Amino acid sequence: MSNKFGFDISPSRTIDFDKFDNQILQYVLQHESSFMTCMSCGGCTATCSAGNLIDFNIRKMSLGLRRGKPESLAAEIDKCMLCGKCILVCPRGINIRNVVMLIKKALVKFNPKNDERNN
Amino acid sequence: MKHIVTIGGGIAGIEASDVLAEMGYKVTLVEKEKSLGGNVSKWSYLFPNMRPIGEIEDYMKSKYDSNRFTVIKNTEVNQIKRKKDKLEVSAGDELKLIADSVIVATGFEVFDAKRKEEYGYKIYDNVITSVDLENMLKNGKNITTPTGKIPKKIAFIHCVGSRDEKSGNHYCSKLCCVTSVKQAIEMNEILPDAEIYCLYIDLRMYGLEFEELYLKAQKQHNIQFIRGKLSEAAENMDKTILIKAEDTLSGYPIKMNVDLVVLLVGMESGKNTQQIGKCANLSFNSNRFLQPVDPHLARNNSSQAGIFLAGTCSSPMSVKETLDNARSAAVEVHKYLMNSDH
Ligand SMILES: Cc1cc2nc3c(=O)[nH]c(=O)nc-3n(C[C@H](O)[C@H](O)[C@H](O)COP(=O)(O)OP(=O)(O)OC[C@H]3O[C@@H](n4cnc5c(N)ncnc54)[C@H](O)[C@@H]3O)c2cc1C
Ligand code: SF4
Ligand code: SF4
Ligand code: SF4
Repeated sequence: MSNKFGFDISPSRTIDFDKFDNQILQYVLQHESSFMTCMSCGGCTATCSAGNLIDFNIRKMSLGLRRGKPESLAAEIDKCMLCGKCILVCPRGINIRNVVMLIKKALVKFNPKNDERNN
Repeated sequence: MKHIVTIGGGIAGIEASDVLAEMGYKVTLVEKEKSLGGNVSKWSYLFPNMRPIGEIEDYMKSKYDSNRFTVIKNTEVNQIKRKKDKLEVSAGDELKLIADSVIVATGFEVFDAKRKEEYGYKIYDNVITSVDLENMLKNGKNITTPTGKIPKKIAFIHCVGSRDEKSGNHYCSKLCCVTSVKQAIEMNEILPDAEIYCLYIDLRMYGLEFEELYLKAQKQHNIQFIRGKLSEAAENMDKTILIKAEDTLSGYPIKMNVDLVVLLVGMESGKNTQQIGKCANLSFNSNRFLQPVDPHLARNNSSQAGIFLAGTCSSPMSVKETLDNARSAAVEVHKYLMNSDH
């Protein structure tokens, strides 16, 4: 298709629900089904020990996973200090620390190549 | 003549009693407090149209002053027993009433904000609830913080005790969003220089004029809406309150020092409704409100024949919805008594 705008529209900006990478998500949900009940209230991020010091947003990271975009997980997940403060505030009662642990396990288990969805 | 006993003299109980009395039934309303009106008498102006509460009180007064039905005050009902085809309603030894039908209108209680310890209610002076603010607004336009300052920065915190696993309440109380917007507007009118923030998870403006109120708050009152749940509050040396949340729309954690925090407490079924429901063996739903037998088609029928539900004992409701629900309870009682042969 000719491109009359003179630039390519990057397909990677779009979350493509037809190519949903849900391998890690399914693994997490199998062991922590409450993960799907997150309402993105941000309570966890606000209280997060790591997030108050460095650029780390546990809510956004988790949301990325639920949106089938696990590419950034490997770089983000080790920022969590596993302190468990987020669990104390979560209005949905999600065991967020356990979610983090499961993601770590899944990353080893499935070893996804970064950005494989978009290439 | 058929006799109906109404338990609870809030707006639901008064309205249902009056409708039945006008239909020609003998009605006795029993209220545990020394005056009628229930929770609404604690509010100042009502959403969505800022109607002064006095107008609702006058309306109620015109009903119970009419002497169309009997009012018994200072009496707490604690038993409903089936006696053949009648119901016996009693308050200890002092009162026993025989009824053909009973209306339960025992209402709601607000969530006790002390249960959310991390928000500091009754620990930090300048953390108050929406109920406290209604009380302040009722007492005039001189708004100062509990530590005596004219507030320059105010934060309204939504969903306190609602939509929260930790509070044991999964449901949305549905009226606190619009109450917050209403109170934010009132504060801006009284204190035009104050910065006012509403911290919400979702804005539930379900009523016909509620969204307009939200729009008005943005257009004319400079209220800022931040999508994020308060994680914790802490008191500073100067008694201001440090609050922390995530601004989930920008994805950044935020902190803010404010002079006054207002917690939007939700509605719970309360100990009165629990007690009456249990003694009469009525069904409760998972949120501890009384359960109608059908959520669409029989909203006023309790799980026991002859006992009907009116108002907020069955779910959070606005004044308008409570009055509608109470009138429909009266119609259901009438249908029941017409069709029963006793
Ligand atoms: C902070 C807040 C602000 C609100 N503001 C608005 C507003 O601006 N506009 C609006 O439309 N709605 C508003 N509402 C909702 C409104 O308060 C309710 O719709 C209304 O109060 C419900 O009335 P009710 O009769 O069902 O219950 P209640 O008002 O709770 O009345 C129940 C009555 O029953 C009595 N009772 C209970 N048990 C017994 C017993 N065993 N024996 C005898 N008597 C008993 C109680 O003492 C009480 O008088 C607000 C709610 C809250 C929490
Ligand atoms: S467990 Fe991890 S995500 Fe949760 S508060 Fe601690 S550092 Fe943050
Ligand atoms: S606190 Fe719980 S519900 Fe809120 S964003 Fe974090 S995980 Fe989701
Ligand atoms: S009405 Fe608004 S503040 Fe109240 S529980 Fe529902 S979402 Fe929360």
